[in-house]
Amino acid sequence: MTDLTQSNLTQEQVRERIESRLASRHRKEKIFRGFGIASIAFGILAVVVLFTDIISKGSSAFVQTDIELNVTYDPAVLGIDSVDDESLAWANFDAVIRNALRERFPEVSGRRDKRELYSLVSNGAGFELRERLQQNPALLGKSETLWFNADDDVDTYVKSLSKSEEGFLGRTSEQKAEWIKSLLATGELEKRFNTTFFTNGDSREPEQAGIRAALMGSLFTLLVTLALSFPIGVAAAIYLEEFAPKNRWTDLIEVNINNLAAVPSIVFGLLGLAIFINFFELPRSAPLVGGLVLTLMTLPTIIISSRAALKSVPPSIREAAMGMGASRMQVVLHHVLPLAMPGMLTGAIIGMAQALGETAPLLMIGMVAFIVDVPHGITDPSTVLPVQIFLWADSPERAFVERTSAAIMVLLAVLITMNTCAVWLRKKLERRW
Amino acid sequence: MTSMTLNAGAAVPAQDKPNSATDLSNKPATESTSVKTQEDIAETVGSPFCDEAKLRMRNVNVFYGESQAIHDVSLDIGRNQVVAMIGPSGCGKSTFLRCLNRMNDTIEGCRVEGDLTLDGEAIYGPKVDVVPLRARVGMVFQKPNPFPKSIYDNVAYGPKIHGIASRRAELDEIVENSLRRAGLWNEVKDRLDKPGTGLSGGQQQRLCIARAIAVSPEVILMDEPCSALDPIATARIEELIHELRENYTIAIVTHSMQQAARVSQRTAYFHLGKLVEVNDTETVFTNPEHDLTEAYITGRFG
Amino acid sequence: MQTPTLFALLLLLILVAYGTGFSRAIAAARSGGGVRSLASLPSYYGVHTALWCGLPALIILACWLIFDDAIIRALVMGGIADKPESIAGQNLLYAQIQNLTAGNLVGNATPQLQDAAAHLANLRESGRWMQTALILILSIGLGAYAFLRISPEMRAREKVEKVLRIILLACACAAIFTTVGILLSVLFESLRFFQSVPVTEFLFGLHWSPQMALRADQVGSSGAFGAVPLFTGTLLVSAIAMFVAVPVGLMSAIYLAEYAGKKVRSVAKPLLEILAGVPTVVYGFFAALTVAPFIRDLAQSMGLQASSESALAAGLVMGVMIIPFVSSLSDDVINAVPQSLRDGALGLGSTKSETVRKVVIPAALPGIVGGVLLAVSRAIGETMIVVMAAGLAANLTANPLESVTTVTVQIVTLLVGDQEFDSPKTLAAFALGLMLFISTLILNFIALHVVKKYREQYD
Repeated sequence: MTDLTQSNLTQEQVRERIESRLASRHRKEKIFRGFGIASIAFGILAVVVLFTDIISKGSSAFVQTDIELNVTYDPAVLGIDSVDDESLAWANFDAVIRNALRERFPEVSGRRDKRELYSLVSNGAGFELRERLQQNPALLGKSETLWFNADDDVDTYVKSLSKSEEGFLGRTSEQKAEWIKSLLATGELEKRFNTTFFTNGDSREPEQAGIRAALMGSLFTLLVTLALSFPIGVAAAIYLEEFAPKNRWTDLIEVNINNLAAVPSIVFGLLGLAIFINFFELPRSAPLVGGLVLTLMTLPTIIISSRAALKSVPPSIREAAMGMGASRMQVVLHHVLPLAMPGMLTGAIIGMAQALGETAPLLMIGMVAFIVDVPHGITDPSTVLPVQIFLWADSPERAFVERTSAAIMVLLAVLITMNTCAVWLRKKLERRW
Repeated sequence: MTSMTLNAGAAVPAQDKPNSATDLSNKPATESTSVKTQEDIAETVGSPFCDEAKLRMRNVNVFYGESQAIHDVSLDIGRNQVVAMIGPSGCGKSTFLRCLNRMNDTIEGCRVEGDLTLDGEAIYGPKVDVVPLRARVGMVFQKPNPFPKSIYDNVAYGPKIHGIASRRAELDEIVENSLRRAGLWNEVKDRLDKPGTGLSGGQQQRLCIARAIAVSPEVILMDEPCSALDPIATARIEELIHELRENYTIAIVTHSMQQAARVSQRTAYFHLGKLVEVNDTETVFTNPEHDLTEAYITGRFG
Repeated sequence: MQTPTLFALLLLLILVAYGTGFSRAIAAARSGGGVRSLASLPSYYGVHTALWCGLPALIILACWLIFDDAIIRALVMGGIADKPESIAGQNLLYAQIQNLTAGNLVGNATPQLQDAAAHLANLRESGRWMQTALILILSIGLGAYAFLRISPEMRAREKVEKVLRIILLACACAAIFTTVGILLSVLFESLRFFQSVPVTEFLFGLHWSPQMALRADQVGSSGAFGAVPLFTGTLLVSAIAMFVAVPVGLMSAIYLAEYAGKKVRSVAKPLLEILAGVPTVVYGFFAALTVAPFIRDLAQSMGLQASSESALAAGLVMGVMIIPFVSSLSDDVINAVPQSLRDGALGLGSTKSETVRKVVIPAALPGIVGGVLLAVSRAIGETMIVVMAAGLAANLTANPLESVTTVTVQIVTLLVGDQEFDSPKTLAAFALGLMLFISTLILNFIALHVVKKYREQYD
């Protein structure tokens, strides 16, 4: 054996020393690997816990307990004798509901018990009757059997019955629970698909609260954002990628864009409040201002992804078009831009998804108001879905918890759809050079 | 498995390697550039085997996923010998070299078949630990790849992870000796704490050699160690290989025929994943047995 | 004419300008020997005319819309003899006048007010006329000028492209305008705030209670604006978040980049990225309704006092939110480490973890540090989670089980709802915003610089 000594160590000694440490080194390797797996598992566990938590809390909000009542549009009870706008406004529809309830439970007497009885039905039931009568004046003096939303406490109790025998009473009294059980037994109380949730705006009453207004607000805000940020972002990207000379000004723009991408969103809210609302005096709570703020916020995202898309178009295309005598602008508009469009659209969708989920800056510009009416334009006061979630999460009523979770489910569904679209678009239109 | 030991210079009879002949004749001729057809490299000519073999490879096949990169190669590398592997690019010589210390394990989808032994111990045995194996079979890569650490730490890296030095003084000694053997000591002794990436290309490659010999390997594999260097640095490395030959077994892949001629005792010529000819370096370059070898060394392709 | 109608008319004019410009170019070409005799394609002449017709008019219209309210207000207020001194009083007066003009002020108005209202109505009416006339004259006049200048020699394409380039440049400068806008909006309000509250008190004061009394004789009428509890609260929550996000994010990036096979990677990576797409308000809800009660119960079962809104809950959930951020940044950085370094280490007989710990991570360290700094800046600026889960009590504490408040929480609480815009309470929010902007700006700047240098090293 040739002596391959390092100083006074023989090769055998070296081998021995290596061998003696092998076991502990392999153990360390296993531990390190274990940490890696544990980290991945932790992340995935977080996703699973988050989603199961929200789905388990929110799925019950898609059904709503309804109560069947036989109502009579008695002019005497209503206090009107003809159906016109003015008398409808004064008419006492709540009394009609109360009569119907008393008819159903004739044994109830005493002020307290009666009030207890009346609270079975949602406060909104009277409005529903008014609308029906307005649409069909012939109903005056007739009776019909209708389903009404039950009060949120009833709803909570009925839903909790399916989980445990005695259910969650909360503010519901024993007596009321008995009534509810008897109604359930006769089928006059049942859980039905919650259309109110999708057709109504916000309300103080959980059973009357819906996400329609917030959804429309989000839609208008996103439209403003898209209409502004996409063209500006693409134009900025084209300038920086295709025309910008290498100088200080360009560097400054780039540093600015990268920095803005990492500025906290709430700071954009401060900007919106100080500049758009206080200086330009644009309306508060309007999707127009929300859209402007979100435009500034998503612009860096869109510029960065559009630049990446432009970069991925090989220079040979530009050289070829240039060689044909096209001007720089023609090359970009006719050849580079169409090729980069899929990538830019993907970036735009991702930017819009980011804007759709944003809450904090919109709180600053007053989109946090309590808004019942569905907005019809970009200057109407409105709120957006994430802010609606924030507002409901603050509400003390137990029935709002499930509605908050349900609104989150809707929001997540929209976001996942958007992101899937972006991935699909990228896969579908991706071109390999 | 055929485990014969043939005398140097004797040709390998075809019937001793029955697999190769049948295997090759069934294969469709996929190659386009060659002067010769596939059948012409049916077997290795020359003397692939030797008496005192440090590394012994028999019927090695390597696959990357579906495609086969090495076809049935058998070769011995003798103790304290420098064996050069030459051939046109893509001929599999680097792949073959990386089998010898199982660096191919790091490539996804790479599969190695055949018998490979180091001092009679299987390299690809099921219970073989690659960690001590790679300490015994060191490697120097095509591009100098010093770690972004100081020169000292670069050389000390191997001894540290393997726990070779028990004391700081011992480690210092190992570092100094390794750098001396790599012929770098005088150039860097005053700046051992400077980053290794700050050295010139040739110095970096010698640092990598010092790093490899710091763990007292028995075999050093060199994968085109001079391809990224200028002629002067190349000459320095070649000189170094000459000196290292006394203590180490060296397998070197090179695309430069002159380099193979200068540094090696035996030369193996690879072509399209097959070992065409192995002979004493002088024989290969003066009197090649195989037509393909001749064509290559006379520069008709490659 | 109402603005939308005017806008529509302007668009129509632009279309007409394009059409006439185009056809005049064709006509000019016909007399001069075909389209080839033109300096540019006919469509460029059309666009050129349209630009002249529309662009100046649009810019003037935009300026008009921005400034007319302010000008009219100045004119109206200037006409009032005895107006109140304070800005708030003036605002109120002007709002009254506006309401009176719109016809929905109930109650009696003084003759002076009625005069002012009439003045306002007058000004608005004449303003609209002036606007319409100005825009139309400008648009038609400049359009006609461009139309008349069309000749085969005119290089329409170059002119059009020059304008397009300027438009592109203006869009690119939007980022700078935004930064300037942010700076101006927070800086000015902050300066006003520091006039009433000294900077030193704000930066070093230990007591935060911004509730200003509405009446002077109310108890606790002077608010305290020492922001140190907010800074420590922010740091505490961010530290907890980083404590979760950095190890988990980094280790998962390492595992995915160095160990995981293709299949595991293709499943685990998108799953982790879901965390990045979840809106912060959802995390806030999760933190407030699930994690915080869980932590409170857990702490109580161990005999510890825990607030129902704890820094720990907010920090943990924020950490989970930041995991994919750290992970994807580290992933990029780790993948940028050349394979040859890994080969070098493995070739010496390192185990995989030794290669990662002693070669890959040290080589990638600058990039990882940059990524972590970006993550810290994100944690500091995160709003919804802390608003919903961390609470409002400005406690000066390092106990993660207690409730703390952060800079962002205070900005939101101070500014949500109807506020007097000039009170120190509202202005304090802008001062906090300035602090937030400056600190994240510094962090981002360092981080981006470090990452950029790192990338250049291996390019």
